[in-house]
Amino acid sequence: MEFLVASAIGILTAGGIYLTLRLRTFPVIMGISLLTYAVNVFIFASGRLTVGAPPILSDGVTTYTDPLPQALVLTAIVISFGMTAVVVMIGLGAFLGSDDDHVDDQPEASNSKAEGQS
Amino acid sequence: MSLFFIVALPFFGALLPGLMNSAGRSACAGVTFTVSLLAFIGLMSNLPTVLAGGVVMVGIDWMPVLGLNFTLMLDGLGFFFATLILGIGLLIIAYARNYLSRDDNMGEFFTYLLLFQGAMVGIVLSDNILLLLVFWEITSLSSFLLIGYWKHLPAGRQGARMALTVTGLGGLAMIGGMLILGQIVGSYDLSVILQNRDLIQADPLYVTALILILLGCFTKSAQFPFHFWLPHAMSAPTPVSAYLHSATMVKAGIFLMARMWPVLSGTPEWFVIVTSAGLITMVLGAVIALFKHDLKALLAFSTVSHLGLITMLLGTGTAFGAMAAVFHILNHATFKAALFMSAGIIDHEAHTRDIRRLGGLRKLMPVTFMIASLAALSMAGIPLLNGFLSKEMMLEEAHHTVLFGSHWLVPVLATFGSIFSAAYCFRLIGHVFFGPVRDDYPAKPHDPKSGLWMPPAILAVLVVVIGVAPFVAEPFVKLVTASVLGGAADLPSAHFKIWHGLVPALFMSIIAVVGGLVMLAIFNPALRLWDRTPRPEAKPIFEAIVEAVTQLARMLILPLHNGAFSRFAAIGAITIIAAGFHAWTTGTLGAPTREAQAASPVVIAGWVMLVAATGGLVLMHRNRLLSLILIGIVGLMVSIGFVFFSAPDLAMTQFTVEVVTIILLLLALNFLPKFTPVESSVLRRVRDAGVAIAGGLATFGLAYYYMLRTSVATPISEFHLANSYKGGGGTNVVNVILVDFRGFDTYGEIIVLGIAALLIYALTETLLGGPVRARLLNRKPDQKRAGDMHPMMMVVVTRVIMPLVMLVGFYIFLRGHNEPGGGFIAGLIVSIAVVMQYMASGFAWTSSRLKYPYHGVIGAGVLIAGFTGIGSWFVGKPFLTSAFTYVRIPPFHKFELATAALFDLGVFLAVVGAVMLSLESFSRLAKRANMEDSEYPMDIDPSRDDPAPATSGQAKEEV
Repeated sequence: MEFLVASAIGILTAGGIYLTLRLRTFPVIMGISLLTYAVNVFIFASGRLTVGAPPILSDGVTTYTDPLPQALVLTAIVISFGMTAVVVMIGLGAFLGSDDDHVDDQPEASNSKAEGQS
Repeated sequence: MSLFFIVALPFFGALLPGLMNSAGRSACAGVTFTVSLLAFIGLMSNLPTVLAGGVVMVGIDWMPVLGLNFTLMLDGLGFFFATLILGIGLLIIAYARNYLSRDDNMGEFFTYLLLFQGAMVGIVLSDNILLLLVFWEITSLSSFLLIGYWKHLPAGRQGARMALTVTGLGGLAMIGGMLILGQIVGSYDLSVILQNRDLIQADPLYVTALILILLGCFTKSAQFPFHFWLPHAMSAPTPVSAYLHSATMVKAGIFLMARMWPVLSGTPEWFVIVTSAGLITMVLGAVIALFKHDLKALLAFSTVSHLGLITMLLGTGTAFGAMAAVFHILNHATFKAALFMSAGIIDHEAHTRDIRRLGGLRKLMPVTFMIASLAALSMAGIPLLNGFLSKEMMLEEAHHTVLFGSHWLVPVLATFGSIFSAAYCFRLIGHVFFGPVRDDYPAKPHDPKSGLWMPPAILAVLVVVIGVAPFVAEPFVKLVTASVLGGAADLPSAHFKIWHGLVPALFMSIIAVVGGLVMLAIFNPALRLWDRTPRPEAKPIFEAIVEAVTQLARMLILPLHNGAFSRFAAIGAITIIAAGFHAWTTGTLGAPTREAQAASPVVIAGWVMLVAATGGLVLMHRNRLLSLILIGIVGLMVSIGFVFFSAPDLAMTQFTVEVVTIILLLLALNFLPKFTPVESSVLRRVRDAGVAIAGGLATFGLAYYYMLRTSVATPISEFHLANSYKGGGGTNVVNVILVDFRGFDTYGEIIVLGIAALLIYALTETLLGGPVRARLLNRKPDQKRAGDMHPMMMVVVTRVIMPLVMLVGFYIFLRGHNEPGGGFIAGLIVSIAVVMQYMASGFAWTSSRLKYPYHGVIGAGVLIAGFTGIGSWFVGKPFLTSAFTYVRIPPFHKFELATAALFDLGVFLAVVGAVMLSLESFSRLAKRANMEDSEYPMDIDPSRDDPAPATSGQAKEEV
């Protein structure tokens, strides 16, 4: 089971990195989302995997899974929503402003920018 | 008054001028003046202690581990400088009120000025050198803002940049020097450092520390070869020049040299570096000043020259030199600030500061003439004025100074500098005020209102009083000198007198004055000679250096970061992988300590779905809608994974976040192209795949090896599990960690979430306020529109389940402390309920029924959480300590009341507000011109009496 979770983390990371290296905003956002899953699961797994022992205290139970990574990941999930929303908004604003959803400066755009600076 | 208040007053006061800006210029200046006056009175309340020779010290530990403590010290030297800063500050504020025009933003100006004032007072009162460095940097920054105050002037902006670059770099060097000094002594407290002269001077790093600290002092006090920034800073408004660049900021370097004098001076290195830098600066500044036509440039170079003079005096390392330096600091501050203010008056009234266009102002501006002449004659060293006294002490000291084995080098150069110094003073008086009255001034000059001439006049009175009766200033100067000397040398016994007898200094003074008059007489031929002499210009050299450094930085950075995100992301990924690989291959790896658990077929099935969805997403990412569906599957599998591995809270959070994220991305996709074109070459895709696979293998390896080993130390979770019920009153440990154990983190997180939502709102506002708005309104949808925008079935269902969903949210919230649930999850559930209304019944219909703006909801959430935390202060507990109790109201079960629940309410509100504000902002973009807001909940309403407008039906058919 550890192998499955670890390989899932690896596959999510690989997919995330590949998509993050694409040239348009939408796949990059998808890639960042995949990386978010990978990181969240990784942090969660740092509490080691336990089946059937949620950290809800009850009488007579002595085995609980590690609650701390769960608390950390819970806020991370919510924050990553906020972050995704901001990135999407920036990407959308850039597209609406210039009709172009490339993440990199395009050659002619970068030239004119360099001229503006000098 | 406590020293804390004296330092803090200007900083807190800096908030006021901006607020008072709309109340009028006098109110704005008045409040600034009051703040400075309060600080000044506070300073004076410490006068008796200082006069008695005592040292006032206050302090609190700030970061004791780093040796950084907020300790302040007031001794004679600090008192002297603080008096200059606050006293001249008061005059400058009064002057600036009348100097600035109606077009200038006075609140901004006084805000910067008070920031600067606070930082300066901080420098001179700091006992901790790290604290001093903090204030030092604040003066660099605030002076940058003040020099560049007239943002429309290119010269102002360039001058501000130059000043910041030079003084900022000097500050960096000084940080290094101070750290070395602290390491040598083992303490960063000045009071300790000043006791360890022998230890410091015997240390092998003494010279390094000395040079680094002197770099800071020389750049700040415009000493050769860093003198060039000061004249360029003169594009600042004149009150700034008078305050920063004559009386206070440029004296900060000198202050520090005086402060460090007991421990750093007296060595050959100190003597050679400081004395020669001062001497060169003094002569160079005086010569250049004579040939400047801009009144302020002349004064700027003369300031450079006088700063050099003071530096030279400190460099000699004798007690008499230190006393002369202190006296000259006082005198220079009085006459130079008065001169700058007079120059400002002339500029203000005649609309020019070019000496060649002035002349004959004696009759037109008699008051200004009196003030400026007294100050200038004092600067020239004419008896009965204060400049004469300290200048003669300087010449006396120069007479005894032997530099590079030569007895005549220093006296001759000092006299030579004094000749030019006298000459430019005479030129200032002669060429500006004397001569015939002209008829081609840019404006008709006359004396200004008393508000402008009163501040320099007060200084001119001081010039005369000290000059005629030097015994008035003597005790004070000696007191200050004593604190400069510390225990390192005995106070000199010489008295301040106008007549010392026929001493060499008197002859040097006479040579200087006569020489100055001769120079003025032959000024025109000398100017022609000067103009013909080729000289290096500081500004082009400075700009060339900056350009070269920029080029170098580009060369280093551009290959890595040329603005292309994908290149930088790839480099970042490869770097992290390489660093991990290095750690992996060089570290040691223990044997597995945990047994791998067997995987059931259900787990394998979930894994297969997750992997298949991820693979499909990567392969088919060009179809954007499909990729959204696939990423939804990934998220679902992750949620199920959380359920399986004993994390019900996480599963609920992940699941609800998944819903809102997909809705958000759908809203965005509405505007974006629906397909991603093929652009990158096969080679590039192979390269990216290589990086991705390497990254995937690396994280897999790390996670796998990690999970098969128990942690090295016992995790803090043991504590959480043991104390969750006893201390936090809840059985859901995850929730107790969020709202209690680590409540402060959560508090920060909801604030971040709120900021993110506000950022999205702000970006939307910007888009809708700009040219994009028209495009959005006239947008032709690229997809087929739904014929029925608000299907009746959906409208009915969402409204029926709305109360149910709210109830679920309420239930999830209440049980959160003991069972899976809590504020985060409840907030997300309620958000989904509201979003459903938007989707089903339309934007206009829903928003007209929502009473509270989402900004307010976010704010209320943060405030409730914050006040809950503050509440624990009232019972003497630290921020966010929670309390709980159990109550029983008869028909119900016994239930728990905890302050943590109130905190969770704050979390709940912040989450609802943030999620809704983000989604609402996206939806607002979707409004189009030909789309009417549906007034009614459903487009088809059988019970409606009035017939539907004909136009809307047609519009629908066209679409």
